[in-house]
Amino acid sequence: MTVAAKSTAHSVVEASPRGKAFAGAIVTLYAVIAILPLLWIAATAFKSQSDAIAYPPKVIFQPTLEGYVNLFTVRTRQTREFIGNLPPATTWYDRLVRQHDMVIAGPSKVVPRFINSLVIGFGSTFLAVLLGTLAAYAFSRFRIPLADDLLFFILSTRMMPPVAVAIPIYLMYRQLNLTDTKIGMILLYTAVNVSLAVWLLKGFIDEIPREYEEAALVDGYTRLQALRKVVLPQAVTGIAATAIFCLIFSWNEYAFAVLLTSGDAQTMPPFIPFIIGEGGQDWPAVAAATTLFVIPIVLFTILLRRHLLRGITFGAVRK
Amino acid sequence: MTAIIHPDAGTDRVGEQARYNRARRVRGLSDRSIAWLFVAPTIALLLAINIFPLIWMIRLSFTSLNLSMSYLPTRFVGLDNYSDILTDEDVWARLQTTASFVICSVALQVVIGFGLALLINRQFRTHSFWTTIILLPMMLSPAVVGNFWTLLFQPQIGPFNYVVGLLTGIPPSSFSMTGEVALAPWTIVLVDTWMWSPYVMLICLAGLRSIPDYIYEAAEVDRASSLRQFWSITLPMVMPFLMLAVLFRAIENFKMFDMVNLLTSGGPGSTTELVSITLKRAAFEKWRTGYSSALAIILFVTVFGAANIYVKVLNRVKQR
Repeated sequence: MTVAAKSTAHSVVEASPRGKAFAGAIVTLYAVIAILPLLWIAATAFKSQSDAIAYPPKVIFQPTLEGYVNLFTVRTRQTREFIGNLPPATTWYDRLVRQHDMVIAGPSKVVPRFINSLVIGFGSTFLAVLLGTLAAYAFSRFRIPLADDLLFFILSTRMMPPVAVAIPIYLMYRQLNLTDTKIGMILLYTAVNVSLAVWLLKGFIDEIPREYEEAALVDGYTRLQALRKVVLPQAVTGIAATAIFCLIFSWNEYAFAVLLTSGDAQTMPPFIPFIIGEGGQDWPAVAAATTLFVIPIVLFTILLRRHLLRGITFGAVRK
Repeated sequence: MTAIIHPDAGTDRVGEQARYNRARRVRGLSDRSIAWLFVAPTIALLLAINIFPLIWMIRLSFTSLNLSMSYLPTRFVGLDNYSDILTDEDVWARLQTTASFVICSVALQVVIGFGLALLINRQFRTHSFWTTIILLPMMLSPAVVGNFWTLLFQPQIGPFNYVVGLLTGIPPSSFSMTGEVALAPWTIVLVDTWMWSPYVMLICLAGLRSIPDYIYEAAEVDRASSLRQFWSITLPMVMPFLMLAVLFRAIENFKMFDMVNLLTSGGPGSTTELVSITLKRAAFEKWRTGYSSALAIILFVTVFGAANIYVKVLNRVKQR
C-alpha cells in the first residue's frame, strides 16, 4: 500500500505545477525574443526597398517579391521613354522591375554561387563520410597502435584558427593551381570535416554490438562483407546524422571561402554580404538570400534534433 | 550434455567447406592490413592538408617573406618575427581584446545556457518545441548571422535601436551599436551570446538528465533544502558537462573570425579587432607571410596549450 500511496504523492523530482508554469513562461519568452531577429529577416525579404529602410521600422507592410527578383537578376536603370518603347513586359517579374524604371539585364550570380555551395558541400560531405566511416570502423574494431594518439591528432587539426590554416593552404594552392577551384575547396572541407566524421562515427559504431559481425564472420563472411552487410545497415542513422553535420559545416563555412575563393568557387556565405543595389546594400535582396540560405539549416536542425548533442561535442556527450 | 545439431548439418558439409575455402581466399586481407587500409586515407589527407602546410608555415615563420614584395629575396631572419610579435604592444592589445571577448561571452553563455537548461529540465508542456526553436541560432552560419545583425543594428532603420528606444526613451538614431567605441565590444558579445547560449544549454541539459532521480529522493529524505540540493547535487554533477561546454566555446571564440569580421570588421578603430582579424590583415592584406606565419604558430600553441591544461582539469573534475 505504501508504494501505491507514494506514486500518487508529490514527486520530489518532478517540478510542481507552478514551477512548471513559471519555467514555461520564461523559456517561451526567451525563445520568442531569440527567434525575432530571424523572423525580422524573413519579413524583410518581402519588403519593398523603401519599406525596408523606413523609419520607424515597419512591422506591417505590403508584401512584395521585389527582394527575391532583385536577388536573382541584374538590373539597369532606364528612362521612362526607353521603357515605353520596349515591347510590353511578358512576365510578372519584368513588370515588377519596370515599375521602378528598371530593366532586367540578366541573371545575377546567385545561382552559380548556390550551385557552388551545393557542389562543394555535397562533395566534401561525401568524401569526409566515406573516409570517416572506414577510419572509424578501424578505430572501433581493430587494435591500432597508438590509436588514442592518432585520434587526438585527428581532432587537434580542428583546433587551428581557420585564418592560420589558410595562410599555408593559400601558398600551397597557388603552387598547385587549386586557388578558387571547387576541387580545392572540397579537399579542404573534407580535411576539416573528416575529424568530426571519425569521432562521431566511432561513437556510433562502438554502439553496434560486435557479436553481430562475429556471427557473420563465423558464417563465412569476410571482414569487408560483414562491414557492408552487417555493420553499415546498423550504422545508417549515425552515418546520416554525421553527413548532415558535415554538410552544415561546409554550407556555413566563411573564413576559408572568403580567403581562398573569389569567383569560380565562391560559395554563398562570402557572397551574401556583397549583394548591393543602388547606393548600398540591397537589404530586401540580402534578406531574401539569407532566408533561402537558412531554410535548409532549419529543416536539418529539426531532423537532427536527437543527434544534435553528439554532433556539437564531437561525440563527447551522448544521451 | 545436449548439443543442438542443425538438421542439415550432415548434408551441407560440402557446401560449408567450399564456402569456408572461398572465404579464406578472399580473407587474404588480414584484419591488420584492413585496419591500416581504412585509416591510411584519412591520415594521408590530414598530412597533406594540415600537417604539411603546418610544417611549411613553421619554416616560413623564420623568414622575411612578403608576398606583396615578392621581388625581394626571402631572407632567413631567425626568431625576429617572433620577437617582433611578442614585443609589439598592438599585438598584446589585440590579445587582450580577444581575451575579454572570450571571457565575457562565455560567462554570459554559461549563465543564460545553464539557466535555460534548469528551466527546460522542469519538463513543462511544449518544452521540446521551444527547445528546438531556441537551438536554431547556433546552427546558422556565423558569417550570415554577422551580416544580418548589421541590418538589425542600423541606427535609423534597425529594429534593435528602435526597441531600445521604446524601452528606454533614448532616441534610436543617437547611438550606433557597431560604430561606437563604447558599444561595439558589447555588440559582438551580445550577438555571440544570442548565437551560442543554446549550445551551453544543450550540453547542460544532458548533464541534468544524467543525474539519477534517487539522489534527489535521498536528499529529500534527509530534508535538504532545494538550495542545498542545487549546490551539493545539481551543480557538482553538471560541472563536467559545463566545463566541456566552456572548453569548446572558449576555443571557438578564441578563433572567432567570421561573425565579427562581418559585424564590425574589427572597428571602430581596433576596438573589436580580435586576433584572428589581425592575423587576416597581416597575412591577406599586408601580405606579410613570414610575420603572419609566426603569429599563427603563436596562436596555435596558445590554443593547444590552454586546451591541454583545461582537459587535465576537466578529467580531475570528472573523477570526483
